[in-house]
Amino acid sequence: MLETYLPVVLLAAISLTIALIFMTLSRVMGPYRPNKVKLTPYESGMDPIGEAKERYSISYYLVAMEFIVFDLEVMFLYPWVVRYLDLGFATFAAVIVFITVLFLGLLYTLKKGTLDFGSQTKVKPLWD
Amino acid sequence: MMSYIVLGVSVALLVSSAAIAVYAERRIAGAIQNRYGPNRVGPLGLFQPVADVIKLILKEDVTPSAGYRFLHTIAPIIPVATAIMTVAVIPFGDGLYVSDMNASVLYLLAIASLGVYGITIAGWASNSKYSLLGGLRASAQMISYELPLGMAVASCLLFAGSLNILDVAASQETWWNIIRNPLGGIIFIISAFAESKRTPFDLVEAEQELVGGFHTEYSSMKFGMFFLAEYMHVVINSMLITTFFFGSYHLPFAGAWLPELSEPLKMALDVSVFLAKTSFFVFFFIWVRWTIGRFTFKQVMDLGWSKLLPLSIINFVVIASVLYFLHNGLS
Repeated sequence: MLETYLPVVLLAAISLTIALIFMTLSRVMGPYRPNKVKLTPYESGMDPIGEAKERYSISYYLVAMEFIVFDLEVMFLYPWVVRYLDLGFATFAAVIVFITVLFLGLLYTLKKGTLDFGSQTKVKPLWD
Repeated sequence: MMSYIVLGVSVALLVSSAAIAVYAERRIAGAIQNRYGPNRVGPLGLFQPVADVIKLILKEDVTPSAGYRFLHTIAPIIPVATAIMTVAVIPFGDGLYVSDMNASVLYLLAIASLGVYGITIAGWASNSKYSLLGGLRASAQMISYELPLGMAVASCLLFAGSLNILDVAASQETWWNIIRNPLGGIIFIISAFAESKRTPFDLVEAEQELVGGFHTEYSSMKFGMFFLAEYMHVVINSMLITTFFFGSYHLPFAGAWLPELSEPLKMALDVSVFLAKTSFFVFFFIWVRWTIGRFTFKQVMDLGWSKLLPLSIINFVVIASVLYFLHNGLS
């Protein structure tokens, strides 16, 4: 147990240390002369208009929701993958049904256009 | 004891390979575009990455006044840390690994999906519109491509029958997974490109539309760490492509013809075969970047959700059925 996970913990510690060393180095070695213009967010050289925390497209939320559903599907498959050859036909059929239901769900989502980013208008290509 | 030696060597290797990959990228870009690339600093420009890091460290570290200082500071740590932590489960040769955990594939996917936080937090904490858009795109793109990636990995595990990457590597001694499962391999490679945010999936930092994307407001070594993390992820993803689909440390069909070798000789062969394949895929990442143009965001999402994900599910079901009925008969 310890033999397996101690290197991983050590690795996590090493990686954080490397990252922190880099950050502190630039803080210590670099100059620090802030002024108002330097500290404004970049907006193509103009004064920023309003805050950046605006409302954004609902599609991003939908992608996140769909992701949770299908990521869970993948996660449910992993334990089955380890023993699937010995579990008998009933289990095999059950998993196939499970995948099929979710697959139909995916087709429905795609047909419904939930994951449709960008405009609906079709631009005619130059060739064709 | 062995695992600590591997740990030290692999971390050193990963950090230095990121620097080498930066140099290689610029030289290969030069060659592809018929120009020189860096050739002034040291012989053949070999010290260019070192000079770049020193320059970045000596630059001013600016945090925009409107941003969240704390989140802005911790964001660059996350991609670097997750990249380094991934090497814990990668087998570099027979018996050359850092940790032999029995669910290392799950560990790998867990760590890989943590990487998205760094980019998203960076975009949110900068309080710049370009950064926000870059961060949003990054999060949507990375979580979308995690699904085909996960299914492709699952279709590999069908052959190994284990969640341990060491078993996945060992199961490819004679037949590489790319031969037994070519579609899964292609899906995995495409998803790995999207996960490491490389062209043609570099919407996240598309210069022409988003300035720098999520790292617009980053300067000095904080920016340097995002840069470093990008190349570390290129190297890590090359290692994963090699491990899951291109036979890990095995030569082609090694099980059929390779004679029994003495311990040190086998070790040296394994490591050099693994590193050679990894270097090839690093080159492949660079080659694609300077050859193929960028997609639009709609195309990226369409490719992920309506092509790769259904394909990977069908691929998984077909392989599972074939293997199941081959093993148990049609009774």
